[in-house]
Amino acid sequence: MGWAAIRAYTILVYLFMFLPVAVVVLLSFNQNQFGSFPMTGFSLRWFEALWNNDAVMRAFRTSIVLGLLTALISTTLGVLASLALVRYRVPGKNLITTILIAPILVPEVVLAVALLLFLNWLGIGKSFALLLAGHVIFTLPFVILVVQARLVSIRRDVEEAALSLGASPVQTFFSITLPLLMPAVAAGGLFAFTISFDDITGTLFWKPGGVETVPTQIFSMLRNSISPEINALGTVMIIMTVGLPLLGAAIARSLALKRGV
Amino acid sequence: MSVEAREKRQPWILLSPALGAVTLLLLVPLIFIVVYSFWLRSAVGPDIQGFHPDNWQRALTDPFYRYILLNTLKIAAITTFFCAILGYPAAYFITRSSGNKMLLLLLLMLPFWISYIIRTMSWINILGSSGALNTFLLSIGVISSPIQMLYNEATVILGLVHFLLPFMVLNIYVSLDGIDTNLEGAATSLGATRWQAFLQVTLPLSLPGLAAGGLLCFVLGAGTYITPLVLGGPRDAMFANLVFEAIITQLNWPMGSALSLLLLLVLGALVAVYNRFLGMSQLTKGLG
Repeated sequence: MGWAAIRAYTILVYLFMFLPVAVVVLLSFNQNQFGSFPMTGFSLRWFEALWNNDAVMRAFRTSIVLGLLTALISTTLGVLASLALVRYRVPGKNLITTILIAPILVPEVVLAVALLLFLNWLGIGKSFALLLAGHVIFTLPFVILVVQARLVSIRRDVEEAALSLGASPVQTFFSITLPLLMPAVAAGGLFAFTISFDDITGTLFWKPGGVETVPTQIFSMLRNSISPEINALGTVMIIMTVGLPLLGAAIARSLALKRGV
Repeated sequence: MSVEAREKRQPWILLSPALGAVTLLLLVPLIFIVVYSFWLRSAVGPDIQGFHPDNWQRALTDPFYRYILLNTLKIAAITTFFCAILGYPAAYFITRSSGNKMLLLLLLMLPFWISYIIRTMSWINILGSSGALNTFLLSIGVISSPIQMLYNEATVILGLVHFLLPFMVLNIYVSLDGIDTNLEGAATSLGATRWQAFLQVTLPLSLPGLAAGGLLCFVLGAGTYITPLVLGGPRDAMFANLVFEAIITQLNWPMGSALSLLLLLVLGALVAVYNRFLGMSQLTKGLG
């Protein structure tokens, strides 16, 4: 195969990956009353419909609260564990790493069933608490992998300097290590939020009746009837999970440039 | 306490919340459903505790379950094959392109940030009865009424390939990017054609990435129940759908435990074989 052929093939593969999603965004601005093809003009009516749809707005609130709490807990646990693994000589490090990333080695359906049945047996039925526990456990490995990768590149000598100048380990952590860690913490938190915000596989097992997250709301709208609002909802989700991280990265970069780092 | 002893204890204090969470929320629950799978569902009241092999017997011998299990593995295998066919050349192009490598990589990461349910349902806009393809075919007069393209096994595979392709491309890319390009040059200078150099040097060296991507596609594909629900017809259930049905619809939790453990065992055996020959490090390389 010549280089030009490989290039054309790659373009087709990228089109395959993005065209359907682009169509979702395109159709969400369609004026047509059925929200399907053909495009008859530009309109924000489907976004307006979303805004006035109580069920959708409730799902958004649930997803955002769940995502933020998941990110907070998962990042805290993940950063502490990563610090231990990168900064200390821990016996049995490989085994510990395998245990910590086990939640992504086990199929999510199996994890969902096991957690639901076990917590139910302990008296915690389908509830927000169960959802949160589930989201924390399957975002944790991703946070640990991301944070660990970043931690390796942070030099230890700054911390050692602080310690040798008389700072206590706790002081050193909060005034030296944590600021240096912030990009890793932010990346881990963002990752956890996005994964939680997008999850449906486990969420359908854990959510109590009547509670919907955005993905499960889309799912139930798909089953009832193909409503054009779904495309608008999809567009909003794409903006949230793709646009916000890109914006965050851009802001972080411009701040870093200003500080001259 | 001596400084040394404290130094030794510190990592365990840092690790204990995460290890505790994984133990309590994953490892113990997994052991729990092993026990639960030997209980029995009763028509009224709580499940009957004890040691009853009935669920396992049914899970392993029921021809319907066996058919769905084999069909799930078949669908996962076809999906993995198409991911490899589509993904390898693209990964190769990204590795060797000079100008827009960063852009291509950034675009490749993008699908990971777009929700699975949206990427799955996006095909309804393309293939549905009022979707892009039918509208186009109607407008140029090839067909006179919309044709039913959705809700069959092929669209389930299409949805899975679309969902899993980025995992494949990324893993192959990571592996290809680590290969010294001089090796291919050396091969051609020794008389190999470019195609021979690729087949005998680059391709074998990139096999670990292909295997890691393949494993991810297979395991993730075989464990899904959302894609068949959204893009499949009533007869296109995969094994995870049986689990979902047992747990959520029929509330037969002992049977659901047995079925989900069977899925874990089958996919776990695959991961174990992979780990035996290639190790886990290649997988985490792609994720990190």
